[in-house]
Amino acid sequence: MSRKSESRHQLSLFDPAIMRTAAIDAVKKLSPHALAANPVIFVTETVAALVTFLWLRSLWLGRGDSPSFSGQIALWLWFTVLFANFAEAVAEGRGKARAATLRASRSDTLAKRLVDPEGRSHLDRVYSTVSARQLRVGDVVLVEAGDLIPSDGDIIDGMASVNESAITGESAPVIREAGGDRCAVTGGTTVLSDWIKVRISAQPGNTFIDRMIALVEGAERQKTPNELALSVLLVGLTLMFLIAVVTLWSFATYSHTTVSVTVLVSLLVTLIPTTIGGLLSAIGIAGMDRLVRFNVLATSGRAVEAAGDVDTLLLDKTGTITFGNRMASEFIALPGVELRKLAEVALISSLADETPEGRSIIALAKTDYGIAEPDLTAKSPVVIPFAAQTRLSGIDIGESRLRKGAVDSVLKFVGLPADQVAPEFRQSVDRISRMGGTPLAVAVDHSLLGLIYLKDVVKPGIKERFAALRAMGIKTVMITGDNPLTAAAIATEAGVDDFLAEATPEDKLNFIRKEQTGGRLVAMCGDGTNDAPALAQADVGVAMQTGTQAAREAGNMVDLDSDPTKLIEVVEIGKQLLMTRGSLTTFSIANDVAKYFAILPALFLATYPELGALNVMRLSSPQSAILSAVIFNAVIIVLLIPLALSGVSYRPVGAAALLRRNLLIYGLGGLIAPFVGIKVIDLVVTALHLS
Amino acid sequence: MTLVGWLQIGLILGLVALTARPLGLYMARVFSGERTLLSPLLGSTERIFYWLAGVEPDHEQGWLAYTSSMLVFSATGFASLYAILRLQAYLPFNPRHFANIPPDLAFNTAISFLTNTNWQAYSGETSMSNFTQMAGLTVHNFLSAATGVALAIAVTRAFARHNAATLGNFWVDITRATLYVFLPFSLLIAVTFIATGVPQTLAGSVDAVTLEGARQVIALGPVASQEAIKQFGTNGGGFFNANAAHPFENPNALANLLQIWALLAVPFGLLVTFGKMVGSEKQGWALFKIAGLVLVGAVVIVYAAESFGNPLLTHLGLDPSGGNMEGKETRFGIALSSLYAVATTATSCGGVNAMMDSFAPLGGLVPMFLMQLGLITPGGVGSGLYGLIVFAIITVFIGGLMVGRTPEFLGKKIESREVKLAILAVLILPLAILGFSAVAAVLPSALASLGNNGPHGLSEILYAYTSAAGNNGSAFAGLNANTPWWNVTTGIAMVLGRFGYVVPVMAMAGSIAAKKKVQASLGTLPTDGGLFVGLMIGVILIVGGLQFLPALALGPMVEHFLMLAGKTF
Amino acid sequence: MLAHIRPAVVLLSLFTLLTGLAYPLAMTGIASTLFPWQAGGSLIQRDGKVVGSAVIGQNFVSAKYFHPRPSATSATDPKDPSKTIAAPYNADNSSGSNLGATSKALIDRVKAGIKVGRAEGWRGPLPADALTTSASGLDPDISPQYALLQAPVVAKARGLDAARLRNLVIAEIQKPWMGFFGEPRVNVLKLNLALDALK
Repeated sequence: MSRKSESRHQLSLFDPAIMRTAAIDAVKKLSPHALAANPVIFVTETVAALVTFLWLRSLWLGRGDSPSFSGQIALWLWFTVLFANFAEAVAEGRGKARAATLRASRSDTLAKRLVDPEGRSHLDRVYSTVSARQLRVGDVVLVEAGDLIPSDGDIIDGMASVNESAITGESAPVIREAGGDRCAVTGGTTVLSDWIKVRISAQPGNTFIDRMIALVEGAERQKTPNELALSVLLVGLTLMFLIAVVTLWSFATYSHTTVSVTVLVSLLVTLIPTTIGGLLSAIGIAGMDRLVRFNVLATSGRAVEAAGDVDTLLLDKTGTITFGNRMASEFIALPGVELRKLAEVALISSLADETPEGRSIIALAKTDYGIAEPDLTAKSPVVIPFAAQTRLSGIDIGESRLRKGAVDSVLKFVGLPADQVAPEFRQSVDRISRMGGTPLAVAVDHSLLGLIYLKDVVKPGIKERFAALRAMGIKTVMITGDNPLTAAAIATEAGVDDFLAEATPEDKLNFIRKEQTGGRLVAMCGDGTNDAPALAQADVGVAMQTGTQAAREAGNMVDLDSDPTKLIEVVEIGKQLLMTRGSLTTFSIANDVAKYFAILPALFLATYPELGALNVMRLSSPQSAILSAVIFNAVIIVLLIPLALSGVSYRPVGAAALLRRNLLIYGLGGLIAPFVGIKVIDLVVTALHLS
Repeated sequence: MTLVGWLQIGLILGLVALTARPLGLYMARVFSGERTLLSPLLGSTERIFYWLAGVEPDHEQGWLAYTSSMLVFSATGFASLYAILRLQAYLPFNPRHFANIPPDLAFNTAISFLTNTNWQAYSGETSMSNFTQMAGLTVHNFLSAATGVALAIAVTRAFARHNAATLGNFWVDITRATLYVFLPFSLLIAVTFIATGVPQTLAGSVDAVTLEGARQVIALGPVASQEAIKQFGTNGGGFFNANAAHPFENPNALANLLQIWALLAVPFGLLVTFGKMVGSEKQGWALFKIAGLVLVGAVVIVYAAESFGNPLLTHLGLDPSGGNMEGKETRFGIALSSLYAVATTATSCGGVNAMMDSFAPLGGLVPMFLMQLGLITPGGVGSGLYGLIVFAIITVFIGGLMVGRTPEFLGKKIESREVKLAILAVLILPLAILGFSAVAAVLPSALASLGNNGPHGLSEILYAYTSAAGNNGSAFAGLNANTPWWNVTTGIAMVLGRFGYVVPVMAMAGSIAAKKKVQASLGTLPTDGGLFVGLMIGVILIVGGLQFLPALALGPMVEHFLMLAGKTF
Repeated sequence: MLAHIRPAVVLLSLFTLLTGLAYPLAMTGIASTLFPWQAGGSLIQRDGKVVGSAVIGQNFVSAKYFHPRPSATSATDPKDPSKTIAAPYNADNSSGSNLGATSKALIDRVKAGIKVGRAEGWRGPLPADALTTSASGLDPDISPQYALLQAPVVAKARGLDAARLRNLVIAEIQKPWMGFFGEPRVNVLKLNLALDALK
């Protein structure tokens, strides 16, 4: 993963400034209107108010439970609500901080709207100055060096270097130019040099930055499908326990015992899933935030969840699986040619070649063959640069013409018909192609010397990543423009499960459709306009920030770092989000067992002292038992906030192993933890004479 | 507990396990519309039935049409049974001239047999004519069982199919269930019962003069034919008041073996059917293990509690080695009575061979708790399977999230609609059980029916509504349930438990059938392994059972501790 | 909904004929040919008169007979039809006591039973079935222990040798099927018939 982006937006989990704001927000969120979206916590707040009333009544009238008991219960019920609010507020805090920075770049930009966008008349540089907010889709603006780009759009004329740090945090400028895949510009970024004409493509208030602000702030946060389903489950459980507790009053009456409302309410609150209910939205916000910190923007939480479900990853070969550049890895001389001679010619012919391939040839000749770089200044060499027509490059030194280039071109250069080439040469060419490499032929004048094996270098560690993905049940598919032979070789080396060679955009789209019909979810990344249909078809489409506007619109995520490798991490973040929810739900539900053992014996001890046998924790008194359970229930929310925000630890292993592990930690842990916790709190409560 | 006792329990459960696969695969063939051994014999009958009823057997129904058919069929059944009960004095086969059944009892009884509950607020031998027993009650023993199986098969198809709009044809499913499954097996079981000593006669009773010269009127009737379907269809409505404890219903240990086998065979077999039809027999066996483990665990507790004997009686000088024999038959002893009690409440049978009301508190707690779990271990014919599926969905939902994916069960994504409907179904039980119990516990006219005081009285109330809402039908029979209050409220609880539960489940099935089947991968939560079995048992106990604990604490749980402390009421 | 009515009514009628009449009547026919004795209630006749059913318990009160377990069955009070009176082994109205483990009534009943039993001459440990009612109230069997407990009492009343009666009881014990399935038991009616036959 890219460290730089991680560190750039890293705010410590409990940044003091965020904590302060969150504490205030937690109180603001007590408004029942705000809480109505969270039924579990809403119920808790309602009963907190009820117990507060009972406490006041017992203070005034001296009826009911002792004021110190009901007062403490009321206090801890309020704490339960506040802690839940606090969790959400902390999670929102970081997003808000980021949004504030983004807003600054948006404030009141002026735009130079061209009077004659087509530029057909002499008025082609005449503009009127308007506010960025007045720009409409289709307007064309002129942006010159030093100007902020007023809104999103595509360059229709010119080329400029643009500082996009406002969005990506990366200060190195990028080149943007008309036509092709680098024509999109984003409002809020700055043109550093030259000028461009931009056709606006976003309505005011709906620009990329606007959407980004809304996203990181969570303003438009809607419950994701899984979150919705989980909420339904939690409401169901709440209703179930509500029935259980309300009816208990009647059963107590039958048993000639009276149970105070305070105690019944305590039982209710400890049984309903307050832990997960309190942390649910924090988990969701934190999941989005993890993506944002990772410099990936998801257009919706739904996309993040879908990432966790992905079965097939479509990865571009270049840049994701291999380094973009090929490297020389071997010289292969023709029979009768000295290897050193070949290496020397290769080196000399590459001296003027500034491409990474050229430099890798020089490096190989120097390090592996010990060739020194000759001093040619005296010989007045003539550099023959690479040209698309000849597909050759080299140097002329005096009468000698040293060349390297595509095999066919070099053969033509030496004037050798293909059928007269030495069979060894042919075999070597084939071998290199089969291994996924590119052969370059080397020649001096009319004699063919041999081959340079340019290797497509697979990124170190990528094979292990794919193995990990396979263990998670995710299939990786490499997309490449290479021929099937080359593609197969690289696919084997990188350890992908499948590849799509000589892939056209239609091929990609069809492949995605085929996978989806087979019941698989597909993720891919892309940047070009021709990727847009596939990005839109994919369940998770990550568009590169450097890509075209069309691509960015089509995907449901944008990677601000434009690093296609990140697709893998995006999947992991999605999985982690779901796992955190599931694990904390399990923990919350498993907690109930211990709470029964704490409260039930205490509830009826007056009428049935025999039920004391169920008091397995040996809690000191009924009141202490109830108070301890309520305190545990509140405190556990706070204790779990860090986990909710950072997510449960994730390892790329299969589902069975994950389930075993999480079930052990959060299921079994959820059964045991409250027994210990309630007992400890009971000891403290008793020692402090709180009950 | 004795080794011999466990051998007896093991023999019966072993037989059930052995027959589950052949029976399950046979049912899978029946409901896939394939030819079976019986097709040559029954094919023409089947076709005539469809022709007369105007049913196009190839015309499949969506969930709504399927469910409506079921509701209309049930309503028709209710009307006809209610009429028979109210008019039995004018109908034939009434050798003992029983009177018409009063309206509240007729309502309760009709609902009871229609919903496969077979709760008996009446005493069979003193109120129901042979015509009522045969043409009324026996018929609904068949049809309510067939309805349950049909519904379960429809839900099964939802998982077996891909992007489907239909779930099968209700009329075809009940016809095939009756003709190919329930009727032929009932014939065989009935003949075996008769051989062991179960009467099958149209005579109403016979007079005997005992050796001491006293007159004994012995009630008789066509018992065996009803007993067979009563067990095989997990109905549980006995011919006699004492149900399968009556020597005519269950004359000896061999008959008892057949009784327990028959009531467990179809519920367990259907789990295999499910696996077969969804294309993963292993999945069926996973559900089998879940149900089986809970059932065996329950037997351990009940057998232990009953073997311990009643300490209050031990204190008086009774030999505790005989166990708690109050309300038990000598020929069955503790082991077979304990197994029967668990088997009958783990399914929706509800027949009894010993009186649960007189069980030790923990021995009675377990059957009650098994029913509160939703009668899914393995539950009634059909209803148990779809109940298990509901819990599988809740389990998959929690477990699926834990492995970082949108939960899916058998390739079907479980989303908020499915969770909503599953929860809606699951909520019915606590609502009906605890809701009605809470009112009855403070209502003097309801309390007047109690047969015991103290916590045991509360247990009787809880048991009644648990049994009714769970469509089980067994009872803590000390409660006099034949009063207007109890007849009406248990009747409503039965309706809620059957239809209030199954309608959301069918809606869920409709939504699941329409989904595409997602391919499983290593990242998919495996739902057929040991881990899932454990997780699902945990979910069943915690989500399905925990909400009943406060009420149970004041009933059987406290009674247990009070018994140990020597208190009486 | 209306479209469902025809199949509902037709199928209900057909199944009523098939499962409600044809099936039980056919079973009755088969039963009367294959197993007429069992089908008729396993009735035992002595001297051409029905003395009871082999599988239904009956009450014995005389000291000259072995007694069955206590029974909780009842009958309508002949004096007041709205009330019921205790009627042990009423084979026309099977029922258990349904008394719970902590029931005072149960404890009192057992206490009284022990008193009576001891007075009759029960010696030794008290088997559970001797003092508890069965589930049906019609349990035809007692445990061998209970039968043996009564043997000396019956022997005394009949003036028979206690050892001989003991042997009779042992001979009447029905062993479990295959030696393990079911409980060892003694059918009271058959034991008493054998007892009468002793003379």
